[in-house]
Amino acid sequence: MIKKLGIADYPIAETQPEKVIGARGIALPDVTLDALIKGDVTMEDLRITPQALRAQADIARAANRDTLAQNFERAGELVNVPQDFIMATYELLRPGRAKSKNALLNAAQIFRSTYNAPAMAIYIEEAAEVYERRGLFTIRF
Amino acid sequence: MNTTPNRWKRFSDWDERPLRLDKFAAEDAANGFAAFTSPADPKPGIGIQAARVINLDGVLEHEFDMIDLFIARHHIDPDVAPEAMAIPSSTLARMLVDMHVPREELVRLARGLTPAKLAETVGQLNALEIAFAYQKMRARKIPGNQAHVTNAKDDPLQLAADAATAVGFGFDEIETTMRVSRNAWSNALACAVGGAVGRWGTLFQCSSEEAEELLIGMAGFSSYAETVSVYGTEKTFIDGDDTPWSKGFLAAAYASRGIKMRCTSGAGSELLMGFHESKSLLYLEARCLCLQRAMGVQGTQNGGIDGAPVTSTVPGGVRELMAENLIAVWLDLECASGNDARTTESEIRLGAKIWPYLVGGSDLICSGFGSILKYDNSFNPSLFNGEEMEDYLVLQRDFEADGGLTPISESKALDLRARAVDALSAVLEELGLAIPTSDMKQSVVVASGSDDTRSFSPRETSVMSEKIKAQGITVVDVIKALAKRGFADEAENLLSVVRLRLSGDYLQTAALVRGGKVLSAINNPNDYLGPGSGYRLSAERREEIVNIRDVLDQKEVLRSEAMHEKEELKRIRYASVKQADVSHNTKDVVIGISPGFGLKLFQTTAGHRLSDVLHELVTAISARGLTPRIVRFKHTADTSFLGLSAAGLSGSGVGIGIQAKGTAVIHQRGRLPHNNLELFSNAPITKLAHYRGLGANAAAYALCEMPDPVIVPQRGEAMGSRYHARTAMIYAIETALTFESAAPEEIAIEFLSGRT
Repeated sequence: MIKKLGIADYPIAETQPEKVIGARGIALPDVTLDALIKGDVTMEDLRITPQALRAQADIARAANRDTLAQNFERAGELVNVPQDFIMATYELLRPGRAKSKNALLNAAQIFRSTYNAPAMAIYIEEAAEVYERRGLFTIRF
Repeated sequence: MNTTPNRWKRFSDWDERPLRLDKFAAEDAANGFAAFTSPADPKPGIGIQAARVINLDGVLEHEFDMIDLFIARHHIDPDVAPEAMAIPSSTLARMLVDMHVPREELVRLARGLTPAKLAETVGQLNALEIAFAYQKMRARKIPGNQAHVTNAKDDPLQLAADAATAVGFGFDEIETTMRVSRNAWSNALACAVGGAVGRWGTLFQCSSEEAEELLIGMAGFSSYAETVSVYGTEKTFIDGDDTPWSKGFLAAAYASRGIKMRCTSGAGSELLMGFHESKSLLYLEARCLCLQRAMGVQGTQNGGIDGAPVTSTVPGGVRELMAENLIAVWLDLECASGNDARTTESEIRLGAKIWPYLVGGSDLICSGFGSILKYDNSFNPSLFNGEEMEDYLVLQRDFEADGGLTPISESKALDLRARAVDALSAVLEELGLAIPTSDMKQSVVVASGSDDTRSFSPRETSVMSEKIKAQGITVVDVIKALAKRGFADEAENLLSVVRLRLSGDYLQTAALVRGGKVLSAINNPNDYLGPGSGYRLSAERREEIVNIRDVLDQKEVLRSEAMHEKEELKRIRYASVKQADVSHNTKDVVIGISPGFGLKLFQTTAGHRLSDVLHELVTAISARGLTPRIVRFKHTADTSFLGLSAAGLSGSGVGIGIQAKGTAVIHQRGRLPHNNLELFSNAPITKLAHYRGLGANAAAYALCEMPDPVIVPQRGEAMGSRYHARTAMIYAIETALTFESAAPEEIAIEFLSGRT
């Protein structure tokens, strides 16, 4: 999916199913009940991919939904982030969990360097700045 | 007992109405009880410098709280804001209800509007204008609906059966939750299987603890989430243990797992949580909604939700719930529009609450229609519940409005339930989770609610649920189990739902699945521009909606009469003797019967056999030493004219007119047609004793006495709704038999041995 998709390409699963390709390379038309029963299709093949989220971001932007597009782009960056780290980051973003701005800035740095997630890194850095302004790095009981 | 003698007793009557269980709150803005405006609400305003918001609704940038900051940075489009904020709110309000102003233009302007401006604008609309604007502004063209599927025992067999039934009724989404939180996994598995019976495409949510809900989604059981709540004050947010950034992070996390997601917000939450800053409910909600658009979620569950009951206690509260929904769709969010928590004990208030949404449509009309009985609803009872399902179906039919549901027949409902219970049982057995007995299964299939079931104990369910989680069972295992045990359709249906997440098409705004296709605001946008545009019922869809059960037609009426004809043949014989003439015998009383009486029609609307009715009349008249004469009129079927014509032929000058449906009159020669002596108009509640009294009084009048009129007591029954359809059909049969010049026929009747 190199060219940017537009409204006419939606729903992708119906207009170009063969281009919807799962994490292990299985295209949508090959995700069949038979293949699943044989064990050729697993849970891994039923996950969304960064490519699909980027495509949906393009479509959302074409429909004048910039903020939705940005969320899809951040989501695309999270696809390959392990669940534990996602939940740990969510926990860190809750009030009073991070004791200092640095804890959040460090998490942002991991997103940027380890997971190649620059948009999410910027998002967390913004949270760090705002939490500091609003005094959220205080101890809560 | 009325212990206060000096009280109009009507107030005591009113005390007993369900309405009086509702408690109402005085308007008190300082304490947060104000729907639309509060002195503490800011005036709308914006300051922009170098594409940066430096003043939002009167708050300067350095004083922004977290919510202001998030809105200023991510919601407000600095290119649009100066233009949009310069438009007077009265003009914007008119644009909302102007069918010539397209939705896209208003959505574009909303990107530059502040919370105070949005609230000020919609506050100028009355309830009908809000409803109209909502119909125009909602994102998706075709309306949808969502069901709650839960039960008091967390019984998986019942969950499967109820999920299948909900899917059968046409719900686009089903949502479950648990009484015991560790049962999340068994609830999820059961609803996923039940929701795959009959057709595919119903999205499913297992409302549980945030981390658990994500895991259940990743295991492929659930396909959407709406538990991510946001609030309109910073303190409420923090007290709720989140921030706009933590919630926005979750929004991305759900999308990254291919799970459709909307936020939840609604008036009253800040009030209930104690940090309302003395602001109006609507203004706080406008902040929540701007925040949600800013976070990049596709939609919102909005319209009070848990706060709907408290909001409804405030003057204008119900209008406020509509107004906040309008802001949601104006901000281009999918709106699952509340109509969820039961806001009242008054069925009138709840019917009024649903009406605008039913008629104008909504992305999801209820964000939780209780498809189960009230006591089985683990969220708390909904506005509409299993008990009231048919009322809702009839409202659709009354207004020819698509409320998203479709009536199903008794046999189809039973088939769906049996299939779901069998399918889930197969999965439980195949995965080594449980072996349901046939008694358990049968009790669930026919159960209206969990009181009727003999199924798993809560402990057995918890063991099952923890096994599912511990063994890492996923939807793939469930699909395989279904296929192995011969439930190929259900396996295919379930796989189809999971496949949705590969492309992520259903993550777009207001997406649902109909007929195997994803429809959203992208490919099914609301294009309302006045009559003839926007969503309209197709002929096929109308047919589905009107097809409720037990509908009467003339064929049915004739069939039922034919059944009674056989019985009447054994009880009475009518013989036409000659043309009836005026009598000079002062002792006779003519009973004028209608054209179809005893020929085509055989029972009154109260269900009395006409032979019995005639017997009462004849006996009562004879008892006074008078002679009853039966005359059939064919020139009219009207009660008054039957009576007047009978009186005209009667030697005593007194006559009775009676229609086959049982409506009767006592008339007297020379009176004006509608100025009769006594009228028996409520045939459905007229008893045989009343007909006897009728006969006796007719005799009394013939003897120049002045009897007490017979009173047929009524207790306020809606006689028209109960009987008029049948009455009109019966009367049409009678009128079809009339012809103007037809002469009256003297009838000899003979009561036969079949009459007891």
